[in-house]
Amino acid sequence: MLFPHSAPSIAETAATPPLEVRGLTVAYNRKPVLWSADYTAPARGLIAIVGPNGAGKSTFIKACLGLVPAVSGTVKVHGGPVAKRRALIGYVPQRETVDWDFPASALDVVAMGRYAMIGWCRPVGRAHKEAARACLDRVGMADFADRQIGQLSGGQQQRVFLARALAQEARVYFMDEPFAGVDAATERAVIQVLRDLDHAGRTVICVHHDLQTVADYFDHVLLLNTRVVAAGPVATTLNAETLRQTYGGRLGPGDVPMAGRDRAPDPGRDLAPLERGVA
Amino acid sequence: MNPADVIATLTLQAGFNSAVVVAGTACLGVAAGAIGGFMLLRKRALVSDALSHATLPGIALAFLIATGLGLEGRSLPVLLTGALVSGLAGVLAIQAITRHTRLPEDAAIGAVLSVFFGVGVVLLSHIQTLATGNQAGLKTFILGQTAAMNQGEALALGALALAALAAAGLLFKEFRLLCFDPDFAAGQGWPTRRIDLALMGLTTLVTVIGLQTVGLILIVALLIVPAAAARFWTERLWVMVLVAAALGGASGWIGASLSALVPRLPAGAVIVLVAGALFLVSFLAAPARGVVATALRQARLRLAYAEQAALAAHEAGHPLDASPAIMAWLRLRGLAADGVLTERGRAAASAADRNRRLWERFLIRYPTLIPGQANWGIDPIDRVLPADMVRDLETGPAGMAHREIAG
Repeated sequence: MLFPHSAPSIAETAATPPLEVRGLTVAYNRKPVLWSADYTAPARGLIAIVGPNGAGKSTFIKACLGLVPAVSGTVKVHGGPVAKRRALIGYVPQRETVDWDFPASALDVVAMGRYAMIGWCRPVGRAHKEAARACLDRVGMADFADRQIGQLSGGQQQRVFLARALAQEARVYFMDEPFAGVDAATERAVIQVLRDLDHAGRTVICVHHDLQTVADYFDHVLLLNTRVVAAGPVATTLNAETLRQTYGGRLGPGDVPMAGRDRAPDPGRDLAPLERGVA
Repeated sequence: MNPADVIATLTLQAGFNSAVVVAGTACLGVAAGAIGGFMLLRKRALVSDALSHATLPGIALAFLIATGLGLEGRSLPVLLTGALVSGLAGVLAIQAITRHTRLPEDAAIGAVLSVFFGVGVVLLSHIQTLATGNQAGLKTFILGQTAAMNQGEALALGALALAALAAAGLLFKEFRLLCFDPDFAAGQGWPTRRIDLALMGLTTLVTVIGLQTVGLILIVALLIVPAAAARFWTERLWVMVLVAAALGGASGWIGASLSALVPRLPAGAVIVLVAGALFLVSFLAAPARGVVATALRQARLRLAYAEQAALAAHEAGHPLDASPAIMAWLRLRGLAADGVLTERGRAAASAADRNRRLWERFLIRYPTLIPGQANWGIDPIDRVLPADMVRDLETGPAGMAHREIAG
């Protein structure tokens, strides 16, 4: 049987870590992109994968999902191999990886999150369309359901991708830079959705490029530079020493945001000065 | 040709043979259009070109092998099997080159296409020198021989069209996902390689079955041109696939009819020219994405901006000072006469000024909001934003809740 695969029961997977990676190595040429990565994701809390460009952050996610072949290593999602856990996994790829001039509406794209549940050769039924619409609503995009995706702004496209992942109704979400190049409204919408997912007991693992916001948005961090430099709670893991190990000498003095220091009050901060500025 | 003949041919009234050819070719066009729509979106347009060119050595080899074994070398199943095998070998070669080297796909396609075709031409000239070769008529595969289509072949093309439409319908969702975002599809557990293979297989089927009709050089045009034309008409995938099938069918129908009427006109080329003409019409005239509609929209927008700028400047106390073209436009709209604004013009100027101010405030206060399809700054803001929001903009700085506005 090719597809679909039934989801394992909650009881079957409750006690297992959402993601367990052992010795994951990915290499295309002589230098590995990812080298012997070990990581066990905590049961609760938002997780950021942080590291410099070319550190293998996206590769880590793709290898976890089986989208790029691993040279060695194992990946388990809730105690089982990824191939048997597809129904538990949601995915937000980088926005630039698709052609947004594709003839599809926002709702069409979000409904793709339901395809695995629908199965082979069957059309997207009304119930699935409604579910997709509800997911668009959760990211504040309900009014854009019928808009061709190429007419949306970058931030709106990012929200469509997030809504598509929500439509998957997964338990472990892999997101590749969901905050990259988005406007403030999208950033707020995305972080709200991530927090809702966390409260609902879902696991969210995000590649995150902005060191300034790691401590604000995430509870755990995985510092990656080809190998795993450090992993754990943001408060104890993210410090000058680990960042130096991760980024080498590439960080300026202002780029080291430690947990609790220089913390911005909340993600809504971006708008406050602008609104005051109108006066 | 006289008009009565044209109509008779187009309506399949010009004799049985002609009707068979026209109907069969139209079916090929339908199949190619429907499958081509997905190939275009999968960005595989050129792969299908390489595929068709790569069939030639297979045709020649199949002939040589069959003749060598003492079989009838000209038998169609034998030749098409050869075409299928070498066409697939060409596609696999492209995939192997792209996967195992750093060459980009276009280089791989160019190399495979020309090398396979070159091998085919060499083999063909060798066949010409054989005693049995002169009657082989293998060259008809290069440019096609539509008129030679018999009833059985036309029925096969009809079955092909049905199969292509059925596959496009059944696997619509799968093809859409594969074409849009193969990584996401794989992440969801779809066997993307196999879906890709199904799409490639359908393309191969259309190509090989269409070889005799349009020829291996031009069959790619039937796959790609109707699909590219269809893209101009719609933003919805299923509409695009159906329009592509319809345009492909029309190309086959009209092209085969025309070539039946004019002796010695190569049908394959005529069919492709008809497809090209339909493409040109779509490119120019399609309301959604055609160049004329786009240019008109832009010109209208530019005029509206210029009109508003001129009116608002006047409202700010400057003399009416616009280019002659804009002045002519204002006169045409009844907003100006003899170099000054009319009464209507003054009212419009005051409205334009208010509209501009409100848009400006909106831009400052809600820099991240995108008000739907509205034209920034020129559409009357009362029609774009909800009334409470406009009031809020009018009354000054007390900000209202941050919200998204749909158009």
